Amino acid sequence: MQINASAAHVLHQAHSLNGFHAALRIAGDKAKGRKMSNFIKLIALGLVTLFAMIGTNYARDLAYQVHAVIVMLVAGGLFLYTLRRTGEPQVATGSLQGEYFDSVIRAGVIATAFWGVVGFLAGTFIAFQLAFPALNFEWAQGLANFGRLRPLHTSAVIFAFGGNALLATSFYVVQRTSAARLWGGNLAWFVFWGYQLFIVLAATGYLLGGTQSKEYAEPEWYVDLWLTIVWVAYLAVYLGTIIKRKEPHIYVANWFYLGFIVTVAMLHVVNNLTIPVSIWGSKSVIVWSGVQDAMVQWWYGHNAVGFFLTAGFLGMMYYFVPKQAERPVFSYKLSIIHFWALIFLYIWAGPHHLHYTALPDWASTLGMVFSVVLWMPSWGGMINGLMTLSGAWDKLRTDPVIRMMVISIGFYGMSTFEGPMMSIRAVNSLSHYTDWTIGHVHSGALGWNGMITFGALYFLVPVLWKRERLYSLSLVSWHFWLATIGIILYAASMWVTGIMEGLMWREVDANGFLVNSFADTVAAKKPMNIVRGLGGVMFLTGSIIMCYNLWMTVRRAPAKESSLTVQVPAE
Amino acid sequence: MEIYTLLREFADSWMLLFLFTFFMGIVFWAFRPGSTKVYEDTASIPFRHVDAPAPAEAEATPAAKKEART
Repeated sequence: MQINASAAHVLHQAHSLNGFHAALRIAGDKAKGRKMSNFIKLIALGLVTLFAMIGTNYARDLAYQVHAVIVMLVAGGLFLYTLRRTGEPQVATGSLQGEYFDSVIRAGVIATAFWGVVGFLAGTFIAFQLAFPALNFEWAQGLANFGRLRPLHTSAVIFAFGGNALLATSFYVVQRTSAARLWGGNLAWFVFWGYQLFIVLAATGYLLGGTQSKEYAEPEWYVDLWLTIVWVAYLAVYLGTIIKRKEPHIYVANWFYLGFIVTVAMLHVVNNLTIPVSIWGSKSVIVWSGVQDAMVQWWYGHNAVGFFLTAGFLGMMYYFVPKQAERPVFSYKLSIIHFWALIFLYIWAGPHHLHYTALPDWASTLGMVFSVVLWMPSWGGMINGLMTLSGAWDKLRTDPVIRMMVISIGFYGMSTFEGPMMSIRAVNSLSHYTDWTIGHVHSGALGWNGMITFGALYFLVPVLWKRERLYSLSLVSWHFWLATIGIILYAASMWVTGIMEGLMWREVDANGFLVNSFADTVAAKKPMNIVRGLGGVMFLTGSIIMCYNLWMTVRRAPAKESSLTVQVPAE
Repeated sequence: MEIYTLLREFADSWMLLFLFTFFMGIVFWAFRPGSTKVYEDTASIPFRHVDAPAPAEAEATPAAKKEART
């Protein structure tokens, strides 16, 4: 018995020794592999730096020159960083497959909050520029006038705030619902920082006039190319994680996120098929012409709304609402039909942006019909989200975070009713080109996208920083009411001013002459423009309160029990 | 035939039929017998594996078997 036991012991030791050697060998191979990949990285970064240096010299316009300097600094800095690490002994880290990749999500949460405030601030400022034209300062002409700042605002809120929210939440959700760590190791970090670089290039380009003047697709050709690379990496990380999932089924939120990633890739590539005038300049020429170009642009533009701002954020809804309500989604069957109906219908709705243009009637009718039909899956999804709370409605009284999520779904329902209505040709003849459209966009963007993102951030920060709870729920309530009242002020003033504007434009006298000049409508809109600006101030204030609350949650809120180093034995 | 006419002909007939059948197939598939049970399990995915990924199968299965035998 004794001998047997000791023999087993020796055998065990031998085994563990074998294992140790094997581990050493693998670590050695890995280090060699890393060295190799470091050399490839150094060559690539060196070439990019060199190219950017040449670009700085040969640049044909200011935007390109500034971008060349930015790229040169980033690539050069990364070159030095990689060089210093090459050949250094690597600290062996154990297998990380047993834990989630959360550091990149934490960075994404911070970026979301930061870009959110930047975007809201830019929006509030340009709202006041419209009310008080003197804010288009003489000294800042060509840099900070309305025309330059407006794309900065739209891209900052949609792509920087919304995009980072989608990156962070999708990485969180795909890991939790696949029960697997993110695929691709540091590729997720490349996606995150690559996307931030895209944002910086886009924003500086707008201010300096580097724009191809396509709505929501303003960045010029080289920025588009860079985004394509980042996006392919994003798709790889996401798909890779889903492929190695441990759950047999793909949870519905992942379907929505995946629909968003794949479709945005397709839209982005087709709408940005441009030929650069010079490799040293930012200007490019699109391959589409005339009405085809307009149709491609609004096929892109409306599906940016449909897949970036709707499908992606529905992925958020299908994960965070059940989590916060602590009960599964109301109907999983409905969620499947919701997904397929939404993606089958949304893709056709674009032509409603081109009523009464050179676009053939049949095409704009098609867009209109699909937009109206789209109402059904939208409301199916809204009902699914709201009814998830059935049996837990009392949480609305006690939990301001779920209140935020519920009002976001409410705004989703409202704007997806308003949208189909405005797409009807007769209504569109009144609403198009007026501020009604801007009001509609903002009830969707601030109400639906903003509020669901805030809800997700309030959920994520305590979880990611291992805190027991949020720092202050009453601050969440303050944020909730400031944001809600802000949106209502915004939407209501834009309804009034939009319909007024539309009616004034079409008003004719007995002889058939137009009654109002364009300047008359501008003058009449002033009070509503001021109210809109105030709504923006309230929304911005709410978001700053959120940043303070999240910051204090990380700094001050009590840590979660499980993260304590001393483990308390169970009874 | 002009390429536009060709594509238009195809879009109005076979593609339309394909998309419609595909969509109706999904609807019927969602309501197939036994789906309620499967979807109950799928809908509860967000409430599992909150803090860490599922352990690798190679480690989990033999341990579970041993446990079961003793």
